[in-house]
Amino acid sequence: MNEMIIGHISEFPERAGRVVRLGDVELALFKLSDGSVRAVENRCPHKNGKLSEGIVCDHHVYCPLHDWKIDLHDGLVQAPDEGCVETFAARVDGSGNVVLQVPEGAGVRKVS
Amino acid sequence: MRKKLVMIGNGMAGVSFVEQLLKLNPQRYEIAIIGAEPHPNYNRIMLSSVLAGEAGIKDIILNDWDWYLDNGIALHAGQQAVSVDAEARIVTTDQGLALPYDELVFATGSLPFMPPLPGADKEGVIAFRDIKDCETMMETARTYRKAIVIGGGLLGIEAARGLINLGMEVSVVHIHSYLMERQLDATASRLLQAELEAQGMRFLLQKQSAAITGGDRVTGLAFQDGTHEETDLIVMAAGIRPNVGLAKDSGLGVNRGIIVDDFMACGIPGISAVGECVEHRGVVYGLVAPLYEQGAVLAKRLAGVETEGYHGSVLSTKLKVSGVNVFSAGSFVDEPGTKSLRVQDDLDGIYKKVVFANGKVIGAVLFGDTSDSSRLFSAIRSGKDFTGNEKEVLFGPSGGSGGGAGGKTVSTADLVAAMSGDEIVCGCNGVTKDTLVEAIAEKGCVSVGELKACTKASGGCGGCKPLVEAILATTLGADQVAVVKEGICGCTPLSRDEVVGAIRQMHLTTTKEVMHVLEWNNPEGCSKCRPALNYYLGMAFPEEHEDELESRFVNERNHANIQKDGTFSVVPRIYGGVTTPEDLKKIATVAEKYQVPLVKITGGQRIDLLGVKKEDLPGMWKDLDMPSGYAYGKALRTVKTCVGNTFCRFGTQDAIKMGVDLEKKFERLNTPHKVKLAVSGCPRNCAEATIKDLGVVAIDGGWEIYVAGNGGTRVRAADLLTKVKTEEEVLAWTGAYLQYYRETANYMERTSEWSIRIGLDTIKAALEKQEDRDALNARIDRTLDLMQDPWKQIIENDDLRNAFDALTAPVDTEAAAASASVSVPDGPAKP
Repeated sequence: MNEMIIGHISEFPERAGRVVRLGDVELALFKLSDGSVRAVENRCPHKNGKLSEGIVCDHHVYCPLHDWKIDLHDGLVQAPDEGCVETFAARVDGSGNVVLQVPEGAGVRKVS
Repeated sequence: MRKKLVMIGNGMAGVSFVEQLLKLNPQRYEIAIIGAEPHPNYNRIMLSSVLAGEAGIKDIILNDWDWYLDNGIALHAGQQAVSVDAEARIVTTDQGLALPYDELVFATGSLPFMPPLPGADKEGVIAFRDIKDCETMMETARTYRKAIVIGGGLLGIEAARGLINLGMEVSVVHIHSYLMERQLDATASRLLQAELEAQGMRFLLQKQSAAITGGDRVTGLAFQDGTHEETDLIVMAAGIRPNVGLAKDSGLGVNRGIIVDDFMACGIPGISAVGECVEHRGVVYGLVAPLYEQGAVLAKRLAGVETEGYHGSVLSTKLKVSGVNVFSAGSFVDEPGTKSLRVQDDLDGIYKKVVFANGKVIGAVLFGDTSDSSRLFSAIRSGKDFTGNEKEVLFGPSGGSGGGAGGKTVSTADLVAAMSGDEIVCGCNGVTKDTLVEAIAEKGCVSVGELKACTKASGGCGGCKPLVEAILATTLGADQVAVVKEGICGCTPLSRDEVVGAIRQMHLTTTKEVMHVLEWNNPEGCSKCRPALNYYLGMAFPEEHEDELESRFVNERNHANIQKDGTFSVVPRIYGGVTTPEDLKKIATVAEKYQVPLVKITGGQRIDLLGVKKEDLPGMWKDLDMPSGYAYGKALRTVKTCVGNTFCRFGTQDAIKMGVDLEKKFERLNTPHKVKLAVSGCPRNCAEATIKDLGVVAIDGGWEIYVAGNGGTRVRAADLLTKVKTEEEVLAWTGAYLQYYRETANYMERTSEWSIRIGLDTIKAALEKQEDRDALNARIDRTLDLMQDPWKQIIENDDLRNAFDALTAPVDTEAAAASASVSVPDGPAKP
């Protein structure tokens, strides 16, 4: 597991997403109202909508294209729709840095 | 030891049977399916939607590869079963696979009927039956223009509509004198033809095809009457034939289809059949609901569950063509001994016919208004005697003249009660009445939404929704349904008026407060209530409520329209549609600089720059240095104008100035839904002001103000609100009208829906007095004074602006990844 700092928590507006690009992979990082952060692949399983643009309610995001609801804890699409998005571990460290954990061998190596 | 079940065919009927079998007895069989197409099971009915561009192929997959895997089903896709040894109980495929079975199910479906015309083997002659045909049509439409569909039935018309959507010129050739003769009577068919002709379809009726002409590829179609039509593509939609070749070779009894008994057995031990390949009591079915009913019976028998067997189905048909509502069911042709009730309304293009025999409803045809379809279909299936109350079937208990005191009332509840439990309610997803009742009783579903989430009923075409509602009401009891009344969204049972009332009374100013005080179910609401609350709060307390960016939909947060690929479109404000060479140059320069892939004039006479990356938005706005055109907001969009008396020889007033003044005065105004205005300089109405939320039409010596029009999905002509003499009066009436709409409409309710709901007279009464109009204008002016241009705000505020940029990984990612240590970049990339 590789860790990297991608920014400071002050750069993330509350209950909104920001796009994080790691080589070819695009993630959406969300700061929830409890101050914690969540990261998922920035692509709705339905029609590839950018989840970073969705409305965030507690730990869910609604895809901006067709309103699919996705749980940011486990990436699961909520009923009646079905599917799953990839999640990534993310945390805020003691100095307020947002740290992203990326699994070994993920698309991260493909630096553009 | 599990028994081996092999199914030949991977279509809707077969897989639905397997699904039901798995529900009843998941452990009993080891299942293998042989499918000729290289796809998992998909919804063939939806192919017309794929062709119409409303769905992608992925959207119509019913059971994906994982489903087969998860259920331990071996799917041999892309293979054809070629022989069955009924003695040894072994099926062999064209790729040499030999599958032994204990139970064999034929679900081979049907094949398109290809009329044996000379030249039918040419390139460009296809059927409309599977995904491959769909793909061929889409490909052909890219390079060719003309298409002929042979067959004016359901399938042919849906294929033709899809080809029109793909931009082709389409002619439908039909052998009969009218279309869909198996589903419609002549009257309904003529209405349908007129509607389709208006959509651009051409018809060649009573035409018998003789030969397909051309070299390798088709170039035309010759008819027996000696005429000839040029074409680049021929789609055969002349019907389907049960696919029975293998069954015949295997020694099964075959007429038109594989002959089965009431339990779907074929007469040879261990072999059953289901679906379109089957003939039951002399009938071959080509619609999905009966096939699901057959599948349910077969699943019960093979699972070892008791079943009464299959007794045949009443057929109903709906046409899936946009803008056309057609429904038919049962026997709808007048015959000796039948009586029919007809309603024909040429003004609204509505036709209804209900056929009775001995007091029972045996068939119906609906055109234009199909809202009675599920009620009528239930009436047919229930076999109920309506003698003396026939008219109530169509007009309800209060309508008609035959009703009256003491007469039995024919309510939907009665019809629901008469339905048997295994009757299919939702034909798209094969959901039975029992499944719904069970979901209500055992899983606690109390709304149509919950039933949809739980069972998928009404999740397809939605045609069964009234019936699902009725089942809910009869199962729960009407009082229970009343208790679970739906509020503005699933987060609250409160209605819009209750929520807005509480906001005003308790002086609530944030969404958080509203949710807390009114005890929302979800702590932070949902994507429906959050934007609505944000709007209501801003409307009620414009000075105190701080607009909540995080509760706004993406378009309003980014002040640009999100497109399907995640890019955005930018529309600068161009007041009244009047621009200058300087502004045009500026827009052109910016479009070039940011490599905008598409520049388009919008329906509201503005310039749209499409395909812009999110991170480029602030830069573009800065370079444009023009106000935002609000093409993205629930706000005043555009004021469309004609040229008026400035140049036009007919113009009676200065429409351009009026339009510019209106747009300048009301720009940036937040409204419950988007609001479009137009001003025409004379009654010729070139600005199309009578299909706008508010339209102004100049007359000699004054102005007419029209309201609540709509040119969108439900076209509605505007109503005349008033006539005034001066420009000032136009502005004052517009302000009062818009504010009254802002204060009383539901969020996401267009003025056309709003005015129907509350009534034009209510609106007129509210605006009648000068003092009331003044008060409304005072409130709207206070709101307008607070508005700022969002593009400018974002350019000037670094925090807001930075949120548009993506954060990127450190350049040295590879090294960082390799060392597995925390890498500390200099910070996020700055623009």
